Order: sequence, then C-alpha cells, then structure tokens
Amino acid sequence: MTPHRIVMLAASLAAGILVAAPARAERLVTSLSSHRVLITSNFTGEQLILFGSVERDAATVPRKTGYDIVVTVTGPRQTLVTRRKDRMLGIWVNVESRVFVDVPSYLAVLSTKPVDQITNEDVRRRLQIGLAHTLLPQQLGIDLADVNRDDPLRAAYLRLQNRHRLYVEEPNGVTFLTPTLYRTSIPLPAVTPVGTYEVDVKLFADGAMIARTASAFEITKVGFEQFVANAARDHGLLYGLATAMMALMTGWLASVVFRKD
Amino acid sequence: MTPLQIYLPIADLPVNIFLVLGMGIAVGFISGMFGIGGGFLMTPLLIFIGVSPAVAVASVSSHIAASSFSGAISYWRRRGIDLALALMLLLGGILGTSAGVWLFTLLRSLGQLDLTIGLSYVLLLGIVGGLMIVESMRATMRAREGKPVELRRPGSHTWFHGLPFKLRFKQSRIYVSAFPVWGIGFIIGFIGAVMGIGGGFLLVPMLIYLLRVPTNVVIGTSMVVTLVTMASATVLHAVTNHLVDALLALILMVGGVTGAQFGARAGQNMPGERIRLMLGLLVLAVGLRFALELMLRPDDIFSVRPLEQGL
Repeated sequence: MTPHRIVMLAASLAAGILVAAPARAERLVTSLSSHRVLITSNFTGEQLILFGSVERDAATVPRKTGYDIVVTVTGPRQTLVTRRKDRMLGIWVNVESRVFVDVPSYLAVLSTKPVDQITNEDVRRRLQIGLAHTLLPQQLGIDLADVNRDDPLRAAYLRLQNRHRLYVEEPNGVTFLTPTLYRTSIPLPAVTPVGTYEVDVKLFADGAMIARTASAFEITKVGFEQFVANAARDHGLLYGLATAMMALMTGWLASVVFRKD
Repeated sequence: MTPLQIYLPIADLPVNIFLVLGMGIAVGFISGMFGIGGGFLMTPLLIFIGVSPAVAVASVSSHIAASSFSGAISYWRRRGIDLALALMLLLGGILGTSAGVWLFTLLRSLGQLDLTIGLSYVLLLGIVGGLMIVESMRATMRAREGKPVELRRPGSHTWFHGLPFKLRFKQSRIYVSAFPVWGIGFIIGFIGAVMGIGGGFLLVPMLIYLLRVPTNVVIGTSMVVTLVTMASATVLHAVTNHLVDALLALILMVGGVTGAQFGARAGQNMPGERIRLMLGLLVLAVGLRFALELMLRPDDIFSVRPLEQGL
C-alpha cells in the first residue's frame, strides 16, 4: 500500500506546486507489466516491462533539451559481508572484511543516457542516482556509514554484485518511443531474492528533477516451490523426517528395482 | 525457459536437472564401489554449480542417506554387514558428533572457519589417501611375488588389544576391546560434524587397518554407520537451519541410488587391494585440489556472502 500512498503524496505535492507556479509542471504516469513475479519450478529469471508517459498540457512550459528518465529498482534489504583474501605463510586467507548493513539485495539503475550526463554530481548524490551514489551503509568500528566511492572493498562489492547481475546500471535502458512515452525493461536474474521491490521513476529536464513517481512489485514463490519453502521454514522437524523417509524409500526402491536374483 | 532447468525451492536458484542427476549417478557409483558416502565429493561439486555451502552440506546428507541405504540393502543380502560393530561405532559417534558441533560453533565465532575446514581437508585427505596408496601397493607387490595376501595377521596385536571389556564381533571375526571401537566412532562423528562429511572414507581404512575387519564386511558396516548418521544429520539440519532442499536432495538421490547399485557390483568383482588403491588415489586427488585452492591465487581475492547469524 505504501507505493500508492507515495503516488498520492506525489500527486498532491504536484497539485500544490501547480497552484503556486504560473506554468504547469509535467506529471509522470507509469505502469508495470506485472506487480507479482511468480517463482515456479521453471523460473529462470524474468524481464518486467515498465511503461509510462510524461503528462503535459497546453500550459506546460516547452523544454529545450527534452526529457530524461532515471528508473531505480531496489530489492529487499539484506546484510552482507565483503571479504578480501591475502597470502599468509603460503596460503590465501581472509584478512579483511566489512559488513554491509541493510543494503539492497537487488539494485537496477536504468536511464535514457549515462546519469552523469543527465544531472550534476550534487543532485546525483542528494537523490542517490546511479550505483556510485547509492548509499551503502557499512559497519566501520561502531559507526554505520558509507565510505569513499574509491574504497577497494566498496568497489569490489559493487563489482561482485554486478557480476551476479544483482546490481545493474543500464545507461541506455530507458527509451522514449514518442517524445513523451517511455519504456524500459527490468532484468531480474534467476537468483533474485523474494520480497518487495520498489520502483522509483524520476523525470529530468535541463539537469533538474521536475517530477517523480513510485511503484512496486513483489517476487514470491508459488505452488510447489512455496509449499516446500513454507514446510522447511514452519515445520522443520516434520520436513526433516519426511526428507529422511524419502531418502530411505528411494534407497529401498532402487534395491528392489535393481535386484538381480 | 528450457525444460532442462528446474528451480530449487530452498537453494533459490535454477539448475540443470540432468547435470545434477549425472552428478548424483557419478558420486553414487563411487560411493557404492568404495562403501563411502561421497559427501567429500558431492559437497564441493554442488558449491561449484552455485549452491550455497550451507544448503549443499545440509542437502547432501539426505542424498548420502539414500545411497548408503540402497548399498546397505545389497550388502545385507550378501551378509556383508556386522550390525553389532555398527551399533558400537554409532555409540561413540553420537558423542563425537556433539563434540564436533561444539567445536564448529566455537570456530565460527572465531572466524576463519573456511580456512580451518580447508586445511583439515588437505591434511586429512592427504594423509589418508597417501597411506592407502602405499599400503595397497605393498599388498599388490606381495601378491605378485606369489606370497598370500595377508590382510589379517593374527599375531600382529597392537597396544589396544590389551584393553579390557573385550567384545566378540562374529560377522567380522574379530575379538577386541570396545574402547577402540568407540574411539573410532567418536573420531568419525567428530570429524563429520566439523567438516560436514559422512566420514566413510576415514571409517573404511580405520576398520581395515586398526581393527582388522575383513574388507567384505567393512563396506557394508560402514554403510550402516553412514546411513544412521546422515539420516539424523538430515533431520538436525532441517530443524536447526531450515536449509535442506528436498527437491535438490531428491534429484541427487535418484541419481545416487542408481549409481550406487552399479558401483557396488563393480566393487564386488574387484580385488580388495585394487579397490583400496583407487580409493586412495581419489582421496589424495581431492586433498590436492583443496591444497591448490589454498595455495594458488584465487580468481578474485574479494568475496561477498550473506552475514551468518551468530557471528
């Protein structure tokens, strides 16, 4: 329900602005191809399509440079450890580690062009646009803070998440089909965790954000996958006994099937 | 999108069903032939295809239970099991497992659990594999020189033959104190809990060289011990960590029991010293692989893992 509230909030804010401002600002409308991604036994990842349009009317000021869109998709938060190995006494051991606290398990930044060409660094930092400017809280001693962008552990974290296609940045991921109609696809790899994903769409013109809207979708297991996952979580003992029984049955069946005499 | 892919509900990733089935058959064949669980082979294989180590260890235990049960049934028909010996080994095993779980928790709280496990694999597999190769080569040479293969030397008593509380194990035709039997069970249970393996590859040589159990009874007996420990490990893992992937386990099992049947037949038709030589080579090879992994520069010196609870 939160995303709807955000939409309503954004709408009322926009309404407030339009009373004060002489010219009407643009409004963003967006729609996802699905709000529920189902993990079934043949799930190998999915592409969600996001459509939207920039609503204008006769009173809207004309923009010289055209529009830019940045779509940020944030998956459920999780806590991860990044470790670095080094050689000690001839063998490779973990020598340094850092805990990344409540960071997005999935993060996609899709835009009409590279984010550094859309707006300046100040705005990017303030609005957390792009992987480089997304806040990644880390445990540093007793403090919880993000570090310099060039920090080796932070860079390695981003690189590894990117290799698993969990953190993606697509500078040409959003396309304008008409001057006001845009489209993008959100690539969800097979290993995407279940949970709620927030979609944040920002509209830029002349380097400034002029409209923003939010949506969300959910990834859930269904059918057999859901049954097994729930059984394992809620009825551990029964599940374990059933698995052990299954093992014995399989073993016994095989010895009957393959019996020679 | 291909029908070959199947999504694993607990491991949370899709795998190629025929690849996993093939791995099950291959490891099952080896386990049936040598009377080992094959956990020390299957766990690294699963981690290699992307399953998280915790899910791999937990799910492999039920696969090993299935393989060893089907193997145990065929050895039972051939009267190749010493149930009394298996029971005594399991008594020591329970204590060893408890001690092992305690050490596992301690090591995890100290960090560097991966390193400890890696080093113990190298040391243990290297030593056991090396010893088995040397011994079986000697036995082969003795057989070539025309001398009878002396597996059981009645005169060669070791210190523990003098221990009290002696028991007679009819099936194995041995008469030993219960203490070394419990001791071996304890060590197997302890190492199994710490390293996440069934311990069959340790139990088989220990029974042969320390207790002088005949080879034809060793494998069946070891399978019974492995069956009980791994079936209880499955239940324990399911209750404590909720990480047993039943679907992954089922695919592995179906492959495993099929492979184990053929493996057991292949093993029956082979002379004992050759089986021991092959097992020795296999164990040594896996040990070397772990050694290389520790010594060679990794592909990536960085790694990202979920934070483990309790750290």
